[in-house]
Order: sequence, then C-alpha cells, then structure tokens
Amino acid sequence: MKNIKYSLIALMGIALMISGCGNQNGNGSNKNGALSSNNAEKVYVAPGEYDEFYAFVSGGYSGNITVVGLPSGRLFKEIPVFSQFATSGYGYSEETKPMLNTSFGFVPWDDSHHPDISQTNGELDGRWVFINGNNTPRIARIDLTTFETTEIIEIPNSGGNHSSAFVTENTEYVIAGTRFAVPVPQRDMPINEMKGNFKGAVSFISVDQETGRMGIKFQILMPGFNYDLSHPGRGKSHGWHFLSTYNTEEAHSLMEVNASQNDKDFIAAVNWKKIEEYVNNGGGTMMPANYAHNVYDEHTHMATSTMKKEVLTVDPTEIPGAIYFLPTPKSPHGCDVDPTGEYIIGNGKLSADLTAHSFTKMIDAIENEKFDGEAYGIPILKFEDVLGGTVSSGGLGPLHTEFDDKGNAYTTFFISSEIVKWKVGTFEVIDRKPCYYSVGHLMIPGGNSQKPFGKYVLAMNKITKDRYLPVGPEMEHSAQLYDISGEKMELIYDFPTHGEPHYAAGCPAELLMANSKKIYRLEENKHPYGINNPSEARVERNGKEVHIYMSTIRSHFTPDNIEGIKVGDEVYFHITNHEQDFDVPHGFAMMGQNTSELLIMPGQTKTSIWLPKKVGVWPFYCTDFCSALHQEMQGYVRVSPANSDVELSWSLGED
Amino acid sequence: MKKASVIMIIGSLLLLGLFAFPLWNIELGAPQYPDPLGLNIHIDGIRGQNEFDVQNIDGLNHYIGMKVLPKSHEMWEFTWFPRINIAMVSLGVLFGLLGFLGKIKYQWFFGWFILMSILGVLGMYDFNLWMTDYGTNLDPKAILKLQNPDGTPMSYKPPLLGHSKMLNFDAYSYPRMGAYMMFAGMGLTFVAGLIGWKATKKS
Repeated sequence: MKNIKYSLIALMGIALMISGCGNQNGNGSNKNGALSSNNAEKVYVAPGEYDEFYAFVSGGYSGNITVVGLPSGRLFKEIPVFSQFATSGYGYSEETKPMLNTSFGFVPWDDSHHPDISQTNGELDGRWVFINGNNTPRIARIDLTTFETTEIIEIPNSGGNHSSAFVTENTEYVIAGTRFAVPVPQRDMPINEMKGNFKGAVSFISVDQETGRMGIKFQILMPGFNYDLSHPGRGKSHGWHFLSTYNTEEAHSLMEVNASQNDKDFIAAVNWKKIEEYVNNGGGTMMPANYAHNVYDEHTHMATSTMKKEVLTVDPTEIPGAIYFLPTPKSPHGCDVDPTGEYIIGNGKLSADLTAHSFTKMIDAIENEKFDGEAYGIPILKFEDVLGGTVSSGGLGPLHTEFDDKGNAYTTFFISSEIVKWKVGTFEVIDRKPCYYSVGHLMIPGGNSQKPFGKYVLAMNKITKDRYLPVGPEMEHSAQLYDISGEKMELIYDFPTHGEPHYAAGCPAELLMANSKKIYRLEENKHPYGINNPSEARVERNGKEVHIYMSTIRSHFTPDNIEGIKVGDEVYFHITNHEQDFDVPHGFAMMGQNTSELLIMPGQTKTSIWLPKKVGVWPFYCTDFCSALHQEMQGYVRVSPANSDVELSWSLGED
Repeated sequence: MKKASVIMIIGSLLLLGLFAFPLWNIELGAPQYPDPLGLNIHIDGIRGQNEFDVQNIDGLNHYIGMKVLPKSHEMWEFTWFPRINIAMVSLGVLFGLLGFLGKIKYQWFFGWFILMSILGVLGMYDFNLWMTDYGTNLDPKAILKLQNPDGTPMSYKPPLLGHSKMLNFDAYSYPRMGAYMMFAGMGLTFVAGLIGWKATKKS
C-alpha cells in the first residue's frame, strides 16, 4: 500500500510538471493542485482490495438497483427489480415472470425510487433492501444474501407510490404512501369533482422477522392530498411516521400553479402504534381489493404470484389522537428525521429555508390541544408551537436531508445546485459545496438510521452535461462523492450511474460480505424440473409440450443433440447448472427464440420457453464464457414438420 | 517396565487419531484461486478441504485427462488401511498390557515399532504409486496435451512431500494432524522400548 501511495504521488508530481509546463502563461492557479492528488488517494481502491461501503443506488426509470462500492464508485452488480433484465433472464424466464405480475397483468417495468435497508433497534442490520415501484404501485424486497429480488407486493388503492419504501426502527413495517390522490375504490367519476372525493392511501406493510415475508396490515385512507416523501420516527419518536404533502389545495389541473397556492402544506404525523392497536382490537374495515403478491423461493428457484382479494382500511377520523397535521411552508418535498428522532425536517422546495419541527414541542402542543383548525377531521397544529428551528441557508429549493454521526445535517438544494451542511439544534450553516448539476437525493451510509457512518455523502444529480465525454443527447446521470470526515466537505470523486439514480442506501461492507452466498446448493434444489445429476437428463413429450431436462457443466450441455421436435411444439428448456463453484454460471441461448437468454447460477435451475416455427437444425450455446472450451459448449435441436414421425431422441458424446 | 508399558499403550492409542483427523493434505493454489483448492487424505477416503473442492478439482483435471478422484470404495487401501490401523492399535495395547503384567519383554515393543515402520513405509510407497498413476496415466482423448521441453508428456503428479509448480498452480503436499499423531505415537512406542530396555539392564 505504501508503495502504491508513493508511486501515485510520483505520478501526480509528473502530471503537475507537465501541466505546469503547458501553462506557463497561465495565471498560476492550478486546479490539479495538492488537494486533488490527496483526493485521488481517498477514492483509490487498489486491485484486489475492497471498498469500505456498499451503496444500493436506485435506477429510477430503469426499474432496478445498482450495487456500487464507495469510495471507488465501482459498479458490482445490477439487481433487476421491477424491469425485465435480459442479462440474466429475469422477467423472461418462466420462474421469474410471476415476479412482474400485477392486477393489471404482466407489467415488466417500473420506476424504482427509494431503497431502504432493514433495521434492528434503529441500526442497519443488512438483512434486506426494500424499494418502491412508483408507477404501478409496488414494494419489492431484495435478499442481501443473494442480492436478488425475492418478493414484490402490489399496493392497491394507490397511485404513484412515492412516499415509500421506508422501514421503521425494527423493520416492523415498510411504509408505502401514495403520491397521487385517487378515488378509493377506483370508479368512473368527473375529475373536476376530485376535491373531497379522492383519498390518499398510506399502507403499512408488516414484515415477518424470520422470512422477511410482507403483507399489508392496514391502509390509512388519508385526505386526498399528494403524499410526497416520508420517514419513520426513531428513538424518542419511534411509533410515529411523518409524511410530507403537497397539493393540499386539491387542485387537479395545471398543478405547478394550482398546487402552489397555499403558503403552507402539511407534514402528516401518524401515530402508527395507536392505529396498530386499534387494528389489533378489531378496528378498520375490510375492503374488496385486487392486488398481486409475488414471492420467489430460493429452493424451488421459482416465483409464485397470488392475487389478494381484500385489504384492511382505516378511516383516520375514527381514531382520535392518531394523526395530526404540522403546517410546513412552501410545498415540502423531503421529510427527514434526525438520528435522535427529535427533529422532523420539512424542505419547502419552493423556498430558501428549511423547517425543522420539534417532536417534543409537537407532543406538548397535542397534549395542550393547541390546534389551528382541522382538515377533514384531522387536527392541524399551530406552526409556531411545533417549530423547532429554521435553517436560513441562502440556497434555493431544498429537497432532502441526511445526517452524520456528529450531529450535522446535509441538505441538497436543487435550484441552487449545492449541498449545505448545518448543525442540528442550532440550525447554523457550517459549509456549502456546489454539485454538478442539480442534485436530487443525497445519501450517507446509515444516514437513514440512528447510527450513521458519516464518512461520505453521495450526491445524486439530475443533469450530467459537461462532466464527461459527450455521448449524444442522452447520457447517464452523475453521482458525486464528498468526503465529510472534516469540518468542510470536499468533492473527491464523481462517476456515472445507470438509469436515474433517484436515492440510495448504504452500509459498511462488513455487514454484508460474510453473509453473501457464493452458490446455490444442488442438494437444496427443489425445482420441479431440476435434475440432481447429468445422468437424469432427458426429454419428455406431453402432447404439444416438450420438456427438456438439461444439465450444464464445464464445458458441455447434457444432452447436446435433440431430435423429434416438431413445428408447433412448445419446448421448455429446464436447465440445471451442476457446478458448485463460486462465480461459474452457464448461459443458454436458442437461435430465433422470442425471449432472452438465461443465465443460470451454480446449483440453480431456470426454464426458458421456445416455440419452434421453422423446420431445420438449430443451434444453441452457452452465453457465459465459462472455460477454455466455452466456445465448444453448444448443441443442436432438429425441428421436423408438424406431421413428421421422427422419434424423440437425445444424446451426448455419441457418433 | 510398568512405566514403559503405559507409554506403549498411550503411543498405540495415538494412532486412533487417524480416524478423526486427515493424514495428508494436498493444496492447489493459483492466482485465479485465491482460496486454494485442497484435498485431505483420510485413512478411509479423500475429502475436499472445502465442501466442493473434490468436484472442482475433478472439473479442472478433466482438461488434462486425469481420472476423477477415487471414491472410498474404489480403492482397496481405504478399506484395508483402517483395519490394519485398528489391528496395530489393538496389538500395541495388548503388548502394553502384557508388558505391564510382566508376561512379555521390551523387545516386543521394538518389534511392534519395526512392524509399524515397515507398514508406514509401504503405505507411503503405495500412496506415491497411486499419485504417479493419477498424475501420469492420462486419458488419450484429453483436451490439453502438454509436453515437457524434452518432448515427454507432462506429469501432473503432486509432490509426495513439499512444494512443486504445475503449470500456473502451486502444489503443496504436507502431513496433517492424523499423521502427526501417528508419528508421535510411534515415537512413544520406541521410547517405551528404550525405557523397557534400560529397566531390564538395571535389574
């Protein structure tokens, strides 16, 4: 390591000399000064060494998550969640198609926004990542032993599942709040009659602590505002959940103007423990609903989709004292709670200031009934009575806030394109640094828990122009890494990300590394069409259906020659990878197939359907470079006319 | 002679360690295997150092035409070595008891030691023969046929003891706990003989 540092410094020295020579007529200020060489070392992870943090960066409109190392910015994996993914066959293979089932049928895309890592006692525990699908409302769970999506639940009565997916202190619940108010239940009605008739559903999804299995415990049918972002209380405010709102005007057209008329919208404070108690005592109304619950089983390697038929809804006016509105200026977007649970930060996206509500003051105001009217039966607290402080920043368009472990907060400003560091409690601005350009969310590993790891902040920007070599009108977004270990922030690195890096969750590498699976154990393979041994490979016909039980091992398929398939058959390739070695997948691709290839991990079985349309002898091959003889890993299927009497046969190694 | 007999019994019993611990270990490391692949040779069979090492070594070896590693029932050694070991332990304990009771003299202890040494050497010889066959008797249809600079076919025989370089692999072959317990036990039986001899000389 020492050597590397010295050689780096030497390289930097040479670079300085070269740029110095070229700039003899310059003004002497050198952007590549000593500080930047320092920064290169901070983000440099030598070959064979590991990053300190994992970051799970949402892909926004790519519908996925990318796993990135910090500080290097290296991309380790792309995890498909809500979108079909040709790289692995996710959403194409017969086993994973049910993952994308919804009450609208197969929806092979979504807009993935806010990942959140599961917690125990308010600290990251590294069991699962939850993330929302924003468009066709869904919540997914990613297992952090396999880094695969293992469950997706659809959210009924919602539209634009944006104020999601945030977990409570012990992962009791994943909260999914609707962005758009919609008719509940959905019905045909004039849009201009929305006011008072639409609802905003906030769903509380319970999580089984052993299996992670999700289920909608109850939905609160809130007034028909737009629910933007949310965060659970923590520490002293554990048991509460806070949601920012906009369009308390309940406008339905030209929203940019009509939803920006009120000087203050609300942050809704929900005492979910109170509602949970009410529900546990038989409260709430079961309402007919239709939503999909998709679960992937790691042992059968298959997903099953079940349609749920009802959901428990709660009318908030029936539980006095469960919900209050905190007036918050200028259409608040982000809604963030500091690690102690005392301050709820509402960032008015059309203002320059941040509003920090005090939880202690809120409880006091509630106890003393300091109300300022009500909205749809929900008491509104007086702004002055709950205000904990204001950050007068001088920036414009504050969006999101994360926290370090030293009592500081970091807020992104979209319009003025910067990060502002301020002190929680005194609300004084300590530092500010520009972002390139137009920053949305930011992430500090653990910054969403009671125990942040305040070494880096990752800014996720919306606009990339000028940062990298131009690649035409469309380009990947940029993320920027700041060192926040000192008093002043330092921009130390930036790198492109895939899709729209909407938000991210991060944790120390050591939390996940040891639990990460290397293979699937063959002896635990319970796939109904899996085979335990290449000797069990065979082909079976059942009417028009042909099932091929195929095995892969370096560097051949068993069988590799198949005859007796006919035009009009439905051919199922059930392929089991018999390797038990880390990182030795095999691929399978069939010429002319109307789907993707498969990528099958060691010990796994995957199925691909092929509908042969043309007579001939058609090749298939392994798509993952598996060994020195990878190129030889191939085979043929003979397709005969529909009325042919060629017998079904298969072979390997026969002349 | 009583002390010698007790040491004889302890020494013989140490051979039971061969049933609990591996006798020998062969490890194969290469840059693309930062966690080396390894085989533990037990008295009753070959097991992977990690769970899937046997399968993965077989997978590598098929490129150069080596046979798959034998299962326990495929080699007479893995049936007979445990029996011989039990016999030698029983015999050693019996000699110790008889010595303790004064029925036999210390020469029997040396006799046992010599017999065990001969068996041990034969065992090593047999092991070496097997490794030679395994490393040189290659499938003529092997995918990779490599030659030494002098044109002779390359041997993939792992070293009997120590390190050797095979292609980009470093092969290490060393005794493990079972063997160390056997060596210690045999040492003790030799010591038992010596003590018995001294005791006899004194009296």
